[in-house]
Amino acid sequence: MIRLERVTKLYKTSTRPALDRVSVNVERGEFVFLIGPSGSGKSTFLRLLLREDVPTKGNIFVSDLNVAKLPRRRVPRLRQRIGCVFQDFRLLPNKTVGGNVAFALEVIGKPSSTVRKVVPEVLELVGLEGKADRMPHELSGGEQQRVAMARAFVNRPLVLIADEPTGNLDPDTSQDIMLLLERINRTGTTVLMATHDHSIVDSMRRRVVELHMGQVVRDESRAVYGVGR
Amino acid sequence: MRADFVAREVFTGLRRNVTMTIAMVLTTAISLGLVGTGLLAVRTIDRTEELYSDRVEVQVALTADVSASDTDCTQAICAAVKSRLEGTQGVESVRFENQQSAYERYQKLFAGQTLADLVRPQSLPATLRVRLSDQAAGAQAVRQAMTDQVGVHNVIDQRDVVSKLFDFLGGVRNVTFALALVQAIAALLLISNTVQVSAFTRRTEVGVMRLVGATRWYTQLPFLIEAVVTGVIGALIAVGGLITGKFLFIDSLLSGIVSNGVVPPIEIADIIWVSPILVMIGAGIAAITGYITLRLYVRL
Ligand SMILES: Nc1ncnc2c1ncn2[C@@H]1O[C@H](COP(=O)(O)OP(=O)(O)O)[C@@H](O)[C@H]1O
Ligand SMILES: [Mg+2]
Repeated sequence: MIRLERVTKLYKTSTRPALDRVSVNVERGEFVFLIGPSGSGKSTFLRLLLREDVPTKGNIFVSDLNVAKLPRRRVPRLRQRIGCVFQDFRLLPNKTVGGNVAFALEVIGKPSSTVRKVVPEVLELVGLEGKADRMPHELSGGEQQRVAMARAFVNRPLVLIADEPTGNLDPDTSQDIMLLLERINRTGTTVLMATHDHSIVDSMRRRVVELHMGQVVRDESRAVYGVGR
Repeated sequence: MRADFVAREVFTGLRRNVTMTIAMVLTTAISLGLVGTGLLAVRTIDRTEELYSDRVEVQVALTADVSASDTDCTQAICAAVKSRLEGTQGVESVRFENQQSAYERYQKLFAGQTLADLVRPQSLPATLRVRLSDQAAGAQAVRQAMTDQVGVHNVIDQRDVVSKLFDFLGGVRNVTFALALVQAIAALLLISNTVQVSAFTRRTEVGVMRLVGATRWYTQLPFLIEAVVTGVIGALIAVGGLITGKFLFIDSLLSGIVSNGVVPPIEIADIIWVSPILVMIGAGIAAITGYITLRLYVRL
């Protein structure tokens, strides 16, 4: 589903590569943690998958798309197959919960009949039934992240990317978000989550890809965060 | 493409930057109003030139009683005037036009316009129309010959009227096009600026749109349509301005020469001819400016 072949990313402004010959293969339906200290290259990894940026060297494939070589006009097709959530939620403050989720469908041209049907379904899936008409600022952080996840998942992407989705949340709320990610993963969606939260990784026991200074230093299934590095 | 979505985005965009939108609409309106004035001047010049190209004559109008009584220039007064003209240096030929044929020509000239309905045969003078062989001195000779001539109401050298008119219209055209150009530059900068501000205020939306895989059309079209809508509104205001201007100024300004029959008046029909041109210019310039701005200054 996702394959990186010796991917190197060197930002123009720095001497050390943000990613250094990274090769990773993720199968369809897997749940993978991308861990490592701040600055180790996790966000860069995810940004390359989304074609927010292009690698300096190496190849990236997401489903059947050659991401780095994708012509500009095909990039939307790639992004429609990948849902993503971030630490800062990125909700539109002037739209309701339902409006935020619907927006993701409207802007890719889904008919309003589909939108009316699918939005309540996904809000129920993330546990926000009955809150469709609330504004984002009326919600707790955890609820806002659920809205973001509903928006990321509403178009049934093949892959869900989460960049430190629990970074702004307290441990209990984080646990709820993890349950939700697991639920999404059980629908067959490949989930890739960047985090440096030990307890979450330890409690989930999933595949762990560890980055350090842009290099993959560990790739282990059913793993824990590990110590000492 | 979801039309309702784009329409909603455009509407919020316009409302959010309402002062900017108004500035843009007004600047565009003034600019296009000037362009429209220039186009009307050009059209009037063309028409007038057409009207006179092959028949610039010196026109000797007869007095009302002669005009009314003599239909073929066989009675004494008219015949005397005619032979006097034919004997004048620099005259090539003299042709008589009675009231009825003047009326018919007038009807043809202003066919379909309100002026045609207003005029009666007896309100037009019979004329002796003098073609000159000597374009330079002939007119003056005719004028001299006709001074104090019985039965002559007045002498009009059409070229006097026409050249003054062409000077005037040409001046109007040049000034308005120059002003229009200056205003157009202001309008372009405003449109470009508004698109940038609009893109900046909507950067969060656009960010989300990009993230969920909206195509360029979806991210850019609202901005372009926003620009085009203001361009079109500007053009419509300009058309309104031209119509108002026609009734308030142009009609009275041109009334003398129009009623003389030497120049076609500016009709509502002319403004209706100009308005789609203005709308297209307004929409086109807004769209092109918007597109270039998005390409150059906004990363969507
Ligand atoms: N846009 C950028 N331009 C230049 N350097 C960057 C940019 N983004 C990230 N970096 C650098 O790349 C390295 C990896 O950053 P990042 O991928 O954000 O790591 P993480 O998400 O693991 O904290 C860091 O050294 C960071 O300073
Ligand atoms: Mg990061």
